[in-house]
Amino acid sequence: MSSYVITVSIFIVIQAIVAYGLNIIVGYAGQISLGHAAFFGIGAYSAALLSTRAGMVFWVAAPLVMLITGGIGLILGLPSLRVRADFLAITTIGINFIVEALFLYVPFFGGALGIGGIPRVRFMGLRLFGTSYLGLCLLCLGAVILVSWWFTKCWAGLACMALGEDETAASSMGISPVRFKLLAFVIGTAMAGLGGALYAHQMRFIAPSDFGFPVSVMILSLIVLGGMGTLWGPLIGAIILGALPEIFRPFTEYRMLLYGVILLIMIRFQPSGLLGEDSIIRKILKKYWTGGNDEK
Amino acid sequence: MYLFIEQSLNGLAVGSIYALITLGLALVYGILGVLHVAHAGIYTVGAYIGYGVYACTGSLVMAILVGMVACSCLGVLIERFIYFPLLKFPPYVPLISSIALFMGMEEFCRLVAGPSVRTFSLELPFPELKFLDIVISPTLTGIFAISATIFLVLWFITTKTELGLAMRATSQDMDIASSVGIDGHRIIDIIFILGSAIAAVAGILVGIYYNEVYPAMGTVPAYKSLALIVVGGLGSVQGAVIAALLLGIAETLLIGYANIPLPRDALAFIAMIAVLLWRPQGLFGKGA
Repeated sequence: MSSYVITVSIFIVIQAIVAYGLNIIVGYAGQISLGHAAFFGIGAYSAALLSTRAGMVFWVAAPLVMLITGGIGLILGLPSLRVRADFLAITTIGINFIVEALFLYVPFFGGALGIGGIPRVRFMGLRLFGTSYLGLCLLCLGAVILVSWWFTKCWAGLACMALGEDETAASSMGISPVRFKLLAFVIGTAMAGLGGALYAHQMRFIAPSDFGFPVSVMILSLIVLGGMGTLWGPLIGAIILGALPEIFRPFTEYRMLLYGVILLIMIRFQPSGLLGEDSIIRKILKKYWTGGNDEK
Repeated sequence: MYLFIEQSLNGLAVGSIYALITLGLALVYGILGVLHVAHAGIYTVGAYIGYGVYACTGSLVMAILVGMVACSCLGVLIERFIYFPLLKFPPYVPLISSIALFMGMEEFCRLVAGPSVRTFSLELPFPELKFLDIVISPTLTGIFAISATIFLVLWFITTKTELGLAMRATSQDMDIASSVGIDGHRIIDIIFILGSAIAAVAGILVGIYYNEVYPAMGTVPAYKSLALIVVGGLGSVQGAVIAALLLGIAETLLIGYANIPLPRDALAFIAMIAVLLWRPQGLFGKGA
């Protein structure tokens, strides 16, 4: 594989990791969040600061980054999750703008120049880059998918999904809405933090604009395209939306327009995504598997 | 002291423009419950159409009229073909469609008109006002006069006419309103026409006030006006207008006098989060 393909793949995998985090919040727990890039950024900045200022190695820093991001997710989620769905969408947009502004205006975070000189990840004395770093990212993605799968099976996850479907009915069954929404929020933001740490060590230079509101929209587009609340949706979405701009390189002028149009057509005609319930692909697959007979 | 008053008047002008943008958003949220982010796209398109027509004909009145008509059509198209069919889905579905639409509209403007800033230099045909040493420039006078007229007309329509009664009835309960003979769909059309026409005026005024029209001019207003309708109380039009005026003044004064380490655009969101913590129904909202 050429290093170009590897680099593109690394970004796709990192985006998928972040998207899986958002999938837990939006897809499973039904809490619309439009500020996911803020947590991606918090992860990247804490990883960058821990490695450049505190000289921590990645293996110690990464769990710490997830703790920090999840902790900030908990603090920010506490007031946000008490409000209604529409408010939550706007509040999370606000969080994204404020976090980006903090990165930009507080000198500690490097201001507009960002943070540079982030070291590569070392494993047993070897510097990981290219294929080996892709391997590390894939391992992390595997872990994230495993957690997502476990989340759909365990009791807490089922409680979250019940809340996402019908909050009143679920809370009458004794499920505390705030507690389980927060749980989903913390797990989701911690995943974004992990993605951020991997991003910081891949780019080795980060700036506030990498984590602005458009990035949140892009991550949300990934899971809308792939299928919200499905296990493989975020991965499919990340692969398609990550590869499209590379395939359409010659049309780079029209890239954002293409993004908008794809998202609009998708949400207008297939709101459940490529892999969601009663989507075209799922119907075709069903037909294929059942040999054309819908019943048995 | 005079500087302070002049600064406040500038802030009031900025606030009036915010209010014009936010009006349409509050009206649409009140009736459909959709967060109409693409409203700022309509505002950008309005500014470009106004600029284009002004450049061709040299008539400001023509520019505003053409902008209003074109944007009204655009608003109704968006409502008919995108929002209305999506109302049966959870609220994030129309919201995402709106964001996608907004991105598309911005890019469309960039591709058609080019990425560069167009200067929209003209003086509004209004008199210059002078009290003591305070001078109000023609542009400011024009912005005050135009926005005050729009607020008054809108206030009159919504509170004093039968159409306004039908609008309020539809936003409370569309099914019951239609059972007493109100054509809910027509009311929604009218709201989109009103809101989009006002957005076009706002776009043209912003273009003149800052003397620039560019593709990304809608980005900050798009999300700031969302924060404003939360601060004003979701669905409360008066609340949104008052919140917008206050924000305009607060921003201008804070930039002028206090040395805050945050950009002015973050202020709206900080105010919003403070309001949400202290009074979740918004400054002027009713009930919890």
